[in-house]
Amino acid sequence: MQKNLKYLRIVWALLFLVAVTFLFVDFSETFPEPFYQWILSLQVVPGVMRLGQFLMHGAGVTAWGLVTVLVLTLLFGRVYCSFLCPLGMLQDVAGTISRRFRGKKGRLKFALPQNRWRYAILGLVVVSVFFAGTLLLNLTDPYSNFGRIASDLIRPVYLTGNNLLASGLQALGSYWLYPVEIIRAEPLTLLVPVLVLGLVVWMSVRRGRLFCNTVCPVGTLLGLISRGSLFRLSFNKKTCNRCGDCMYACKSQCIDVKTQTVDVSRCVGCFNCITACDKGGIRYRPAFSGRASKAEATVSSGRRKMLAETAGFLAVAAGSVSLLKAQDAEGSGAEPISFDGAVPEDQLPGLRRVPVSPPGSRGLAHFTSACTACHLCVSACPTGVLQPSFLDYGLLGINMPRMDYMASFCNEYCTKCSEVCPNGAILPLTTEEKSTVQLGQVYFHREHCIVVTDGTSCGSCAEHCPTKAVRMVPYQGELTIPFTDTSICIGCGACQYACPVPEKAIFVLSNKVHQVALKPVEEAVEHQEMEEFPF
Amino acid sequence: MDRRKFISSSVTAGVAAGTAWSFLPLDKVFAAAANDPQLPYDMVAVMGGEPAAMFDKAIAALGGMKSFVKSGQTVVVKPNIGWDRKPEMAANTHPELVAAVVSHCLKAGAKEVLVLDHSCDNWIKAYATSGIEAAAKQAGARLVSADAESQYQTVSIPKGVRLKTAKVHQAILNADVLINVPVLKHHDGAGISLCMKNLMGIVWDRGFWHRNDLQQCIADMATWRKPDLNIVDGYRVLQKNGPKGVTAQDAVLRKSLILSKDMVAADSAAARIFGKEPATIGHIRIANEMGIGVMDTDKLNIHRIKL
Repeated sequence: MQKNLKYLRIVWALLFLVAVTFLFVDFSETFPEPFYQWILSLQVVPGVMRLGQFLMHGAGVTAWGLVTVLVLTLLFGRVYCSFLCPLGMLQDVAGTISRRFRGKKGRLKFALPQNRWRYAILGLVVVSVFFAGTLLLNLTDPYSNFGRIASDLIRPVYLTGNNLLASGLQALGSYWLYPVEIIRAEPLTLLVPVLVLGLVVWMSVRRGRLFCNTVCPVGTLLGLISRGSLFRLSFNKKTCNRCGDCMYACKSQCIDVKTQTVDVSRCVGCFNCITACDKGGIRYRPAFSGRASKAEATVSSGRRKMLAETAGFLAVAAGSVSLLKAQDAEGSGAEPISFDGAVPEDQLPGLRRVPVSPPGSRGLAHFTSACTACHLCVSACPTGVLQPSFLDYGLLGINMPRMDYMASFCNEYCTKCSEVCPNGAILPLTTEEKSTVQLGQVYFHREHCIVVTDGTSCGSCAEHCPTKAVRMVPYQGELTIPFTDTSICIGCGACQYACPVPEKAIFVLSNKVHQVALKPVEEAVEHQEMEEFPF
Repeated sequence: MDRRKFISSSVTAGVAAGTAWSFLPLDKVFAAAANDPQLPYDMVAVMGGEPAAMFDKAIAALGGMKSFVKSGQTVVVKPNIGWDRKPEMAANTHPELVAAVVSHCLKAGAKEVLVLDHSCDNWIKAYATSGIEAAAKQAGARLVSADAESQYQTVSIPKGVRLKTAKVHQAILNADVLINVPVLKHHDGAGISLCMKNLMGIVWDRGFWHRNDLQQCIADMATWRKPDLNIVDGYRVLQKNGPKGVTAQDAVLRKSLILSKDMVAADSAAARIFGKEPATIGHIRIANEMGIGVMDTDKLNIHRIKL
């Protein structure tokens, strides 16, 4: 019976992995909102971040997904890692394929836990989130890392496939599929996802779930919780002949055949070992039954020493993160800006940008305190205005999404990013609320404007402006020229995007703290009824 | 030059009308401004009805859609679906009119009717919010995306002054019949937006137009392929804050409709409904000078219908 657990896991994991991947590559809003929420709510780091948002801002957030994972872990151990973690499942795919090719050479054996590393990393991540921001969490969270891999690396491939198919069909006269413009990423924004993908694939090929049992803070945390789990794997010492089949099948390298023990804190609940043993020598059993293994003897011996070392690590960590933070404070300052005089030089497009953060993020400080750069909003954004940054938010905000008004502009009625953000970095907004959220303010650089330089009509910026914060006023003869009213500007970037001059004559300057714009004045048009044709 | 062009186009119209032309007394030819049911109409103008009802009357006056669409032909209907705006904001062509045009095309025997526009706002949102997607689909049309460069092909515009080439949507190049269905509205860049301006939505790179004398480029594009029929939606007119509009207050109910094969003529008449002298709109004036059509509505044989 238990031998089928492995196959159940594989079927579930493949379906779930495809579903999570689809969240990040889909461009046509195929699935309804609840589907997103269901999958996302089961991810640990977003759940913890939302809980944090709830505690800090009282932002309405349900934590039932987190509770579900906690209960599952207390019952069955780290099944999250095999059933719900997309990065874990991705590693299983990579590992399985490579081991199929490498045969006995690729076989894994029992290995000791890297306790010093894993507890230190977990500690560092936790401390840094409190004192320095999300950088370390951003780089180690399996969900966010998977998100970046799917959104930045898999999505372009998926879109390219769609476009090839669509043009093929179009050549045949069918418009069943439509092509999608692929906004090319700035190469450096791909650095982290490429490195992480390389790292996890390499680690999974070489050492199975080494990443999950050493680097991943979620794995370590759930490992601690799973020490108290109700069901766990244990040997049947009567039937086990120590052949080692279970050990070779264990990608966590946590089965010690010599001592007939399983390290519960590293076991990811994949059930490969049960299927591998044809004698029923290893089974899933309640912890209180006599046969269940005592919580990993190998680990507990050095626990005290390890705790002391971890504490030392944390002290060093706290010091270094506060240094980092001091360095970065400049990038997330909170003072609102005004542009009575010249444009601050760091705000000119093309120079070092102060990024514009998405609507609902309240400003750079809140946004960077909660975002782990999973890029779900980047994938979900219907206009493509949300794009990954590199170091625009500073090192601590690496890869966090920014409003890229060279790529597109924000739709005034759309609240998609605030709906999907699993962390609460982009907080929910109604369309009504959004209509007055000011992300930045328009700035008109007259000397670049085509009306001035060429003496011809344009008006592209005013055309696209949803509030007429940019409108055309008389210039010379029939010509009109842009005129800006920052009080009703929402900073959507439509003017900047639409400006046909490559160096941009009009652009949005970031509000480091989002402001509230005035509503455009409604005024009925004066007109005379038309009695006769005027021609 | 433009006078000669005008005469030659009148002659063409005359030939189309058949032999009746040669029997007409000379004074009638020069008094074409009057409503003359003996001559083919240069334009049909309707006012006072709902969009579909006005269109039914207008197209009947031109001999029905069969005069433009033959059985088995592929038709592209090109409304203005530029913006994520509801019908009451009048930033896009009225969905009811688009649906009526589609139905008439299908009744006339069209094999397929495609509806598309290179929207400025996100196209999926614009197609949906404008009401055009639902209405046109209901009427039997197929909505086509125009949002990716791969759908466009470069064409040359030999008569263009500034715009010598443009990337045009594949569906337009493949279509037997092109029906242009702009909405009459204020436009911050072009002055007002009408038939000629609406053709900006069949090309890919609009930025080029804005960089290279917008008004001239609009006129240049009008020399490329003249739509087989132009239908100006003047039902609800965005009088200010165009082309997108800020609130429904920016629009005024005008309940008018203009049909013509001549874009310059239709734009000129519609400009008057808007309350502008056509010659003050750069691209209408330029197009008239280039001989693309007739701006002087007094020279046109207009059938006026009041409902």
